Formats: sequence, structure tokens, C-alpha cells
Amino acid sequence: MEMIVMQLALFVLSLFLGVELITKVPPTLHTPLMSGTNAISGITLVGALIAAGAGDSASGLVHGLGFIAVVMATVNVIGGYLVTNRMLAMFKRKN
Amino acid sequence: MNTNLVDLIYLISAVFFVLGIKGLTKPKTAVRGNMLSAIGMLIAVVITLLDKSIVSYEYIIAGVLVGGVVGGLVATKIQMTSMPQMIAMLNGCGGGASLGLAAASYLLTSGSGGYESGALGIMAVGFVMITVLIGSVTLTGSLVAFAKLQELISGQSIGFAGIKFLNAALFISAITLLGMLCFDPTNTALFWALIAVSCTLGITIVLPIGGADMPVVIALLNSYSGIAAAAAGFIMGNTVLIVSGSLVGASGLILTQIMCVAMNRSLTNVLFGVMAEGSEAIDADEIYAGKVKSAQAEEIAMILETARRVVIVPGFGMAMAQAQHAVRELSDVLQENGTEVEFAIHPVAGRMPGHMNVLLAEAEVPYDQLVEMDRINPTFEQTDVAIVIGANDVTNPMAREDKGSPIYGMPILHVDKAQTVVVIKRSLSPGFAGLPNPLFAMDNTLMVYGDGKKAVVDITAALVSA
Repeated sequence: MEMIVMQLALFVLSLFLGVELITKVPPTLHTPLMSGTNAISGITLVGALIAAGAGDSASGLVHGLGFIAVVMATVNVIGGYLVTNRMLAMFKRKN
Repeated sequence: MNTNLVDLIYLISAVFFVLGIKGLTKPKTAVRGNMLSAIGMLIAVVITLLDKSIVSYEYIIAGVLVGGVVGGLVATKIQMTSMPQMIAMLNGCGGGASLGLAAASYLLTSGSGGYESGALGIMAVGFVMITVLIGSVTLTGSLVAFAKLQELISGQSIGFAGIKFLNAALFISAITLLGMLCFDPTNTALFWALIAVSCTLGITIVLPIGGADMPVVIALLNSYSGIAAAAAGFIMGNTVLIVSGSLVGASGLILTQIMCVAMNRSLTNVLFGVMAEGSEAIDADEIYAGKVKSAQAEEIAMILETARRVVIVPGFGMAMAQAQHAVRELSDVLQENGTEVEFAIHPVAGRMPGHMNVLLAEAEVPYDQLVEMDRINPTFEQTDVAIVIGANDVTNPMAREDKGSPIYGMPILHVDKAQTVVVIKRSLSPGFAGLPNPLFAMDNTLMVYGDGKKAVVDITAALVSA
């Protein structure tokens, strides 16, 4: 139970930190911000890896779902970071 | 490996994510910020793979390969004008990954002894079901948003009068199923029903939202994908998921808020309502009749030649016509001529937050020439020519003057204060709000009819040869 309370505290504080950070991002960078945060939300990859690597005791359905989760999270991570980098490079070019 | 050590390393990842987002607050540090965030991700993934709870690697390797190739190809090939679709797809993947993860975790636990009884067990199931609900809505909602933006289905509002009641019913059913599952976690039929109801809800929420409201939906789904990741973190008891998920959730919420303010509408209004009804039907013919003047490229070039200050106002039409490079060339020619050129960016111009900025950055317009609404509005009175290309509702003076108008109170760009207004548009057809725009009929307005790109190229050519 203490664990969950601590995690809730972490969740709430991170929300506040997020609000403080994001309000400082200029509108010019709002699209790269979205793709960049998409890449970060690909952090579910960490959980998906654990689910997909659960071993033989798990059923085929579990493996299948874990596999789908890994694919989608990887698309988020790789696609998100690459496309953000592509966009940000354009913003940097002339300056 | 020691779980404390793993958690400490996850903490390092989270710090990298925070530093990464902090880097995004300035265009100069943004590329480095993105790199830092990617390093944080790499650390988190490597430490997870080294952790002892992973025993089989074949599904992981296959999944990472497939996802990596798809993500890499799409990210490097996609056109900048298609960026809203890309963001919609990424949002959907975020939701889908959380859904898959939650479902796998549920089946794994219920297959091996089930959830413990008591408050802890109820909470554990609750977190799984919340992740399933948010993840499903994000997944199918983003798919619909993608289909709309890609024009696989109509980009306008699709639905029927009672759709909000259907949505309410679906939402209540989802919450009921969620509650029932908390007390009856082994009932897998309820579990699949929850997934079905939530997936349907995602579709029926996004279908009625169309056109200019898309930025709000994109930002909101972005937020949901983060919240789903955070909820998944509670399932796994994984701190880095909780921290980064809530950062992303907060980011999406703020963008949603900014978009709503920029349209002077509340979030519930965007999600559940249609546009506010005007007190009386406004007759377009009455506003336009005999007052609209059109001009050819040569006449516009003559006016531009002597202008000291020009403000260009881009809208979704510029993206549609792929006119961003043509617009940059016009701006270059004007500047060589000694004219001061700035771009006025309305927060909801385009189909996602920052859409115009990305397109103009692609065309190598320096970002300090892109000016936000609040800063550029006071300068229109000292502007010789305002060129509106593919924007409509965000320049409609009715939002400022006509109290009976449905868009009254929406912040607009005061282009009508400029000495001369040039509007490049295919016809006098109304924008998303369905309203005529008195701007087009003003004495100082000249309409240039035609494709945005061709019109801009013609004006530039006329200006060069003049």
C-alpha cells in the first residue's frame, strides 16, 4: 500500500513538473514537442518488453499481445525521435 | 539484478527526459534536448533487457525489428505537410502499446493464480482496467483522426444528432464494466466487453469532430497516450513509466488548453457540442454583393513594390496547396526589395499545434520571422500589406465586432487594420465555421482567386519583372 501511495505522489508531482516545463515551450516548437513527447510515451516499451519476455509459462495470447505492444512502442520511440530530430534540424538550419 | 539498482537507473532515464523537454523550450537547444531524451530512452530499454525478469527474447527481437523498420521508414519518408497524420499515428501507437501491455499483464496474472483479494488486489485490477480504457480510446480515436487527416474518410463532422447520448452511454458502460471487473477479476468476458466498449467509444468521440477542431483532438489524444503510459506504470510498479507518462499527459493537456483558448471554446464544447448557433442566419450574398474586388497578380505586385512592411498570414490552405516554398520565395524577393516581412501565426492555423511553423521552417523561413498572434496584432496598423493565404475564420472581423455571431469572442488576427489586405483563396466559400467573412468585402481588401501556390508564384514573378 505504501508503494502505491508513493507512486501516486510521483504521478502528481510529475504532472506539476510537466505543466511548469511545457508552458515554457514556444508555440513555434509545439509540433516537435508533440512528436518528442510521443517518443517519450514510447517508454511503455519498457513494460512491453517485460510482458513479451514473460517466458514459456505464458499463453500464446499473452505473447501475441506483448509482441504487438513491443511493435507499437518501438514505432513510437524510433519514429518519434527520428521525426522530431528531422523537424528540429529544420528550425536550427538558418540560425 | 538488484531491483533498487534498476529503479535508480530508471531515475536517471527520467532525469534525461526532463532535461530533454527543457531543451525544447528554445529552438537553439531543442536538437540537443531531443538527443538527451533519446539517450534516456536507450538507458531505460537496455537496463530492462538486462533485468532478470525477461526470460525469452524471440518476441522482443521480432517486435523491435518490425517496429523499428516501420517507425524509421515512416519518420524519414513522411512529408512535412503530412505531419498531423504522423502525430495521429504516433498517438495511436502509444495508446495501442499501453492497451497491449495491460491486456498481456491481465491475462498473465489471471492465468497464474489471479489477483489477490482485498484492497491491493482491487487496485491492481483497477489500474489494468483504467489503462485498457484509456489505451483503447486513444488507439481507435487516433485511427479515426488519422483517417480524417489522410482524407480516407470525410474530414468534416460525421455523426447524428444523438451521438453525444451514445457517447455518454458508452462511457457509463465502460465505467460500470471497470467497476465490475475490480470485484470479479477472473471474468474474462467482462474484460473483452470493456475493450470492445472502449474501442467503440474512441471512434464515436472523434467521428463528430472535424476540420478546424482537429488541433484540439490531436493535442487531447497526445495527452491520453501519456496518461495511458502512466497508468501502465502503475500496473508494472514501474517508476520511469509513471514519471514520463505524466510528463507527456501534462504536455498534451496544456496544448489542448492553448488550442481551446485560441478558439474561444471550452473543451466540452469541442468534444460534445457543435459550433454555437448564431442568433440569425447570416446571408453571405448580402455581405459580399457588389463589394468584393478581385485583382490580378500584376496589380498586387505593384502594391507590394512600394510596401515598407508586409505581413503574411498562412492557414490550412497553404498546407493544402503545398505553397510554403513559394511563400518563402515571395518573402525573399520582398526583403531584397527592402520590405520588412513577418509571418502572423494564429495558434489554431492548420490541423495541429505548430503546423504552420513546421511548414515554414521546412521552407527555411527563419523562426524569428514567425510572430505569435498577441505580438503581431498591434503591428497591423503600421502594416502596408497583409497577405492572407488559405486562412479564413482566424481573420474574420465578426469575431471582434458582431456580438450575435457564433464565433464572437474568438481571438483573431486583425488583418483588416492593415492598409491593404490581399486574400489568396480559391473562392468565396466559407471556412470551417460556415460563416461569410466581411473581411473579403472591405474597401481595402483585394481578392486573388486561384490555387495558393500558383497565385504566390505569379505575384513573385510579377514582382521580379517589375
